[in-house]
Amino acid sequence: MRLIMSTGQPIGIRFPLIVVPPAKLNGTASTITARSVRRQAWRDASGLPSLVLLTSMTGFGALARDSELGLGWAWLATAGIWGLPGQLAMVELYVSGTGLAAIAVAVGLANARFLPMAVSFMPLLATGLRRPLWLWLLVQLMSINSWAGSLRAFPTVPIALRRNYYVAFAGQCLLAGLLGTGLGYMGAAALPDSVTLGLIFLNPVFFAIILAGTPHRPGQVALLAGALIGPPLFWVNPDWGLLLTGVVGGTMAFLLTGSSSAGSRA
Amino acid sequence: MTTASTAPWLLVTASIAATYVWRGAGVYCATRIDPQGRLFAWVTCVSYALLAGLIARMIVLPVGTLSSTPLIDRLLAVGLSFAVYYFGRRRPLRAVLSGVVVFILISALRDAMG
Repeated sequence: MRLIMSTGQPIGIRFPLIVVPPAKLNGTASTITARSVRRQAWRDASGLPSLVLLTSMTGFGALARDSELGLGWAWLATAGIWGLPGQLAMVELYVSGTGLAAIAVAVGLANARFLPMAVSFMPLLATGLRRPLWLWLLVQLMSINSWAGSLRAFPTVPIALRRNYYVAFAGQCLLAGLLGTGLGYMGAAALPDSVTLGLIFLNPVFFAIILAGTPHRPGQVALLAGALIGPPLFWVNPDWGLLLTGVVGGTMAFLLTGSSSAGSRA
Repeated sequence: MTTASTAPWLLVTASIAATYVWRGAGVYCATRIDPQGRLFAWVTCVSYALLAGLIARMIVLPVGTLSSTPLIDRLLAVGLSFAVYYFGRRRPLRAVLSGVVVFILISALRDAMG
């Protein structure tokens, strides 16, 4: 196991910044247990993923306080919406006095990515599940972090234990998110402007690097396509540009890489 | 001060519902789709493209505080992260921190110079 300590820890809280490549799951397949998988997930999630959630949700917490939304509501929004773009849309439109229906539509549009994410992810959790009803609960824990982190680790996690990995990883992310929301709300983020900017910037840079590490080849092509056409399409239409990016970029990647690669993953 | 007229509980409940609609629809479709099939492969591609678009937007056309920083700073920093990632040994932590630290330094420098 590799232990990397950060040299420039951006916040005062000491986080175990440990990044373990998922391929280095200790032991052979026979020694991998539900417990060892959970522990691995906690380790994987306790580094950058937790730090990113902590800092980005700090931003949401601060915004919620400025908007005079109670801390309890802010926490419920973090756990219940569990998607930062939608949370930000909710608070910003709330402050501007927008009507409830318009807010709900905007929040929904900002979080529409959860549909294709769930379709492409939940089947991986369904294997051997006696009550499919659990999927409706498990999907609530899904975020870019737990989605990308799980997809990264799943090739080395036995199929029957993938739910254990996902719940442990996503649960840790949720705790970091709730902690961040609280810290931001209580005004813990009294940092120099440049540091605050850097912490906000941490979010997209982290996701860019994590996604770039996907071993899934059609996914890599889709990432490139989406990154190239995303900003222009968003500029043309902020509401639908993102969904269009997904459909157009994804279809391009699907056609370019050929359907022969279907099912080659995980 | 806020000019909001909506009750907080209604606001949060409606927002949660508006998000869960997508999650739930995803589960509904997921239980009716073959993970080995072409439709699944296509939706996976759509997810990746959508996330890449979202992240590219956050870097190129950010909303909020980040939009006050010059585009060139953001592109330089994220370019550095990718360089460290691909030319180093694909260590996410190292890659992300180098980009973010350089971004903080550039921002501090710009602040100092007024």
